[in-house]
Amino acid sequence: MAIDTIEKTAKQIVLTVQDYSLFAYRAVMNLFHPPRYWVDFLIQCDIIGVGSTAIVLLSGFFTGGVLALQSASTLSAFGASNLTGRFVGLTMIRELGPVLTGVMVSGRNASSMASELGSMIVTEQIDAMRALGVDPMRKLVTPRIFASVSMLLFLTILADFFGILGGAFVTVFMNHQDGLQYFSTAWEALRYPDIVQGLVKPLFSGFIIASVGCFYGLRTTGGTEGVGRSTIQAVVSASVLIIVADFLLTQILLSLLSRL
Amino acid sequence: MPPGQSTAAVDPTPVVAFQNVSIAFDGPPVLQDVTFTVGPAETRILLGPAGVGKSVLLKLTNGLLQPDHGSIRLFGEEISHMSEEALFPLRVRTGIVFQEGALFDSLTVRDNIAYQLIQQNVPDDEIDTRVHEALHFVELDQTFSLFPGSLSGGMKRRVAIARALIRHPELVLYDSPTGGLDPITSTTIIELVMKQRDFYRTPSILVTHRLQDAFTLCTHRFDSELGHMVPLPQGHSDPNTTFLMLEEGRLIFDGSLHDIVHTDNKFVREFLL
Repeated sequence: MAIDTIEKTAKQIVLTVQDYSLFAYRAVMNLFHPPRYWVDFLIQCDIIGVGSTAIVLLSGFFTGGVLALQSASTLSAFGASNLTGRFVGLTMIRELGPVLTGVMVSGRNASSMASELGSMIVTEQIDAMRALGVDPMRKLVTPRIFASVSMLLFLTILADFFGILGGAFVTVFMNHQDGLQYFSTAWEALRYPDIVQGLVKPLFSGFIIASVGCFYGLRTTGGTEGVGRSTIQAVVSASVLIIVADFLLTQILLSLLSRL
Repeated sequence: MPPGQSTAAVDPTPVVAFQNVSIAFDGPPVLQDVTFTVGPAETRILLGPAGVGKSVLLKLTNGLLQPDHGSIRLFGEEISHMSEEALFPLRVRTGIVFQEGALFDSLTVRDNIAYQLIQQNVPDDEIDTRVHEALHFVELDQTFSLFPGSLSGGMKRRVAIARALIRHPELVLYDSPTGGLDPITSTTIIELVMKQRDFYRTPSILVTHRLQDAFTLCTHRFDSELGHMVPLPQGHSDPNTTFLMLEEGRLIFDGSLHDIVHTDNKFVREFLL
């Protein structure tokens, strides 16, 4: 009995991964053939990018501040509190900026995509769209994925910048250290591979957020209860995948960039 | 057969032809060995209790679902295993009215009705003219710039009818257009279906479980001079309006109004009572 359950679950997981892979492949391939819905792409850029700016700025600023608070006390034990800027800058740009932005935007947008598309499924709006001769993958999914990828890049840059500013605020006004020293150590420590690492990750996070959100939204079954279930699955899967992808990308990028 | 009674139209090139169609979803078959045709200018009323597979049959007709077995021909083309891309040109020749209207919440009535025209980059002036015509047809001229959220259930169905008809489709599919509506609104909707049938002579499939709607369609015609429906003479029915009936996924009846009221089939007789 237990083996049956394990077998069934394993098959279900494999099937879901297969469906997701085909779904993501189709969504990407749609970009290379018309029709392309540029207006929908711009609308989604506004919803994902502009709409998420406030939460990304706030979370970036306070994360930078917390990093400065925590690192200053540890570094001062080694007489290296002047390296706070370097610590905050590198941590934000290489790791926390991309991951934090990905998780925050995932909570906001993967959920909204899953619930919006799920509601459209249960009210037959997706069928109506297909019946009217419009492919929902092209009209709804592809613009969301490419808007999410583009906007995550800019949101991550903003999160990095405001994280460093948050660290500076704590360093100057709470730890009473020199601001110029903070910025100069942050700047001096920064290398191009760090920036490349920090800007490659959001491309993957953006893809994961929109593709997972749309995937679960379009698989919705079971009425309004199903919409709730899809929304939870989308947020949980997207958040976990972002962190797993971050781990794998860090491994790959560190090994690739160390050879440069 | 008594004079004035109808018989299903026979045409060598039907608009829709189902041949031994079966479909199942993770369980027992929803439809089994369904075979029927829809001829030009023919209106087929699909009857059956709830959950018997009527909506599934309608979605199979324009390829929104694909059958497990059998053949479906739409406008003479085999669509049972056609790709989504290849189906789009056929679907745009078909109008469908969904059970709850399925209007896009985020778009105005104008943009809902003109959805296909907007995708085809038709100029705005032409879109406005055609939307006004379509809204006039369903007698909802005043809703042009409203959002679906502010419309009643009956108004949503009428907007959905306008959306289905704006491009003058070659086949119209109605999925329970009067389901859940009060009798007066239902009559308004049925009058619109009749207007489409008698004015444009478009073939259609109408799914319903309301017998009064089905019989009204058979025994009335739309008088375009009077602007409303009028009863046909006693003993007469519309010759191109015929019935199909499903029971547990099987097609158990295919015939005219006369045939259905005189059938010996126990299930059909119970349903008619």
